[in-house]
Amino acid sequence: MKRKTEKSELIFRIVAYFVLIVFALLCVYPLLYALSASFSSVSAIDKGSVVIVPIEPQGDAFLAVITNNMFWTNYANTLFLTFLGTIWALGYSILGAYALSKKRLLGRKGFNFFLVFTMWFSAGIVPQYQNYLTTTEVFANLGIVDLKWTVVLAMGMNATNIILLRNSFEGVPSEIEEAARIDGATELQILTKVYIPMSKATIATVALFFGISRWNGYFWAYKVMRTQSFSWPVQVYIRDFIDTYTNISGKASGDDVAAYAATHPDYSAVSVVYSMVICAIIPILAIYPFIQKYFAKGVNMGGVKE
Amino acid sequence: MFKLKCDDFLVYDELTGTYSMAADQKVRDEAEKNSWKSTGFTVLKDWRLYAMLIPMILVYFLWKYMPMYELTACFKDPSTGDTLHVNTFSWAGLRYFQVLFTDSDLSPDFWLAFRNTFITAFYGLLFGFPMPIILALFFNEVRSNLVRSVLQVCVYLPKFLSTVIVTSLTLILFRGTAGGLQGEGVVASVFKAFGADKNLVSSGLVFTTQYYRAIYIITDLWEHAGYDSIVFFAAVIAVSPTSYEAAQIDGAGKMAQMRYVVIPSILSTVVIMLIMKIGGLLSVGYEKIYLLLGNGTNSTSNYDVAQVISTLSNQWSETRASDGRALGTAAEMLNNLIGMILVLGANAVAKKASNVSLY
Repeated sequence: MKRKTEKSELIFRIVAYFVLIVFALLCVYPLLYALSASFSSVSAIDKGSVVIVPIEPQGDAFLAVITNNMFWTNYANTLFLTFLGTIWALGYSILGAYALSKKRLLGRKGFNFFLVFTMWFSAGIVPQYQNYLTTTEVFANLGIVDLKWTVVLAMGMNATNIILLRNSFEGVPSEIEEAARIDGATELQILTKVYIPMSKATIATVALFFGISRWNGYFWAYKVMRTQSFSWPVQVYIRDFIDTYTNISGKASGDDVAAYAATHPDYSAVSVVYSMVICAIIPILAIYPFIQKYFAKGVNMGGVKE
Repeated sequence: MFKLKCDDFLVYDELTGTYSMAADQKVRDEAEKNSWKSTGFTVLKDWRLYAMLIPMILVYFLWKYMPMYELTACFKDPSTGDTLHVNTFSWAGLRYFQVLFTDSDLSPDFWLAFRNTFITAFYGLLFGFPMPIILALFFNEVRSNLVRSVLQVCVYLPKFLSTVIVTSLTLILFRGTAGGLQGEGVVASVFKAFGADKNLVSSGLVFTTQYYRAIYIITDLWEHAGYDSIVFFAAVIAVSPTSYEAAQIDGAGKMAQMRYVVIPSILSTVVIMLIMKIGGLLSVGYEKIYLLLGNGTNSTSNYDVAQVISTLSNQWSETRASDGRALGTAAEMLNNLIGMILVLGANAVAKKASNVSLY
């Protein structure tokens, strides 16, 4: 009896290890491929002979990206949008979540509903786009002409994040708040000196959620800033490059692709795409090992809520 | 009887043999008497708390609720007023819904996108839901913390890549030989080796009606399965080791342990996550679909299987100057109303089934 038990456990464990290792390799492989393809020659890319290591290595594609001013302008835009967008979203989310976490707030249920309703029903792409156009016009009347501000202020809302913060604030014992109040702390002081330090982990998680979604955002930045390429984030630039100079998305005209290939004989446009992809994910890869545990925590906090 | 009913707020004094009101209750009575006065007082005293709400309310009002007002565009003729101000349009009743349902030109597109939305969502659920659970069960088998952490770092990683990068990698790895290339993408050649049609491979598998859905699901699993396993893994490791030991002593093999120990203990998490998934079913990732759509004029386009309501609405609003906005708004409104019914239905079921309400 005992031996049989051990055997089925062993088989299960072997299967588990096998599946996990294969899946983990598959998850990493496209990135390794991207790295080697960005350093491979034109003919190797065209033949599709790159599998894991660079073939006939060249560094020109990477160099072309590094010396591409437009790319780095757009990269700076991404940094700008991510940094300000995260601070803005985190700011109003923390303030709102703090107020919502207070039982003495009148109409608390109503405010919660106001927030949660946006998770149930969204207007959709077309109405949202029309609304952004109106916003842009209002901003222009106020003297804010750069479309980047529409992206920073009007996008990247996430009610789930606010609820995560609210739940975390609700978990702070009210005795501490009362003690602070007796010591004469104002509402804002209680928030900044008591609640924020005690909810650091959640705030870090939520900040990362906001930040990653900003860094990765494409669709709305593209829709709203389509005609203003100097304000694009890097994601829009990469996609635009693919749609203009390579065949892979099926959107480029053959002439543009041929012209690019003729004027850049040393490297393939695909290598350039991969080099840009590598540049765009380096910041995420750099902070990823440190933030990964926060994400795991954040998901579990938001997973089940009674 | 009287004593039983009242002794939570009456205190019996044994010395004098009388009842007196509990101090708490006196305070509560007083507060109730002055409740209207004190309400106004608290709001005034707490004005800072209400001020803190204002930025959030403003942001949500301007960019979540104002678009809902824009929804009225589906009942209005967009060619009649100032494009920026929907209130200047004249009413057109249900004309555009009629077009969606019956127009011989447009309604086939609409129904196709409608069907694709459901099919994409359904396949996403069918394959995307079990995979994270399986991964979580497998992660539980890895005894070494270091090995497990390394594996987890790898499988969570794709979740942090942007849609543009994921779709770029997809398009390149599945790319065909169109445009004079001599070889196809690496993954496309794997598909070819397993018997995929040569012509389809060379035209780019993503742009074929036969392979688009499979690729969509595979890349979705690649992106989300690892990360989604976190919740289930937390549930699996919460199972007490003594439960396993008890089962082992009773002679349970691995499958029996799964069946009688692990599955029952993670079931509530599974049910809740399933309900959540069903609730969000129709909000399929339009960004990814938008980026994987072919150009339409291409004879090998994937429109027939890829186009969903949101991408179709977006396309209409861009290409049909006279009525695209109204039609797109109408289509999205239908889609999102059904989505809302699913969320609320799922939540009601969750409440009934497990006494856990998600919202």
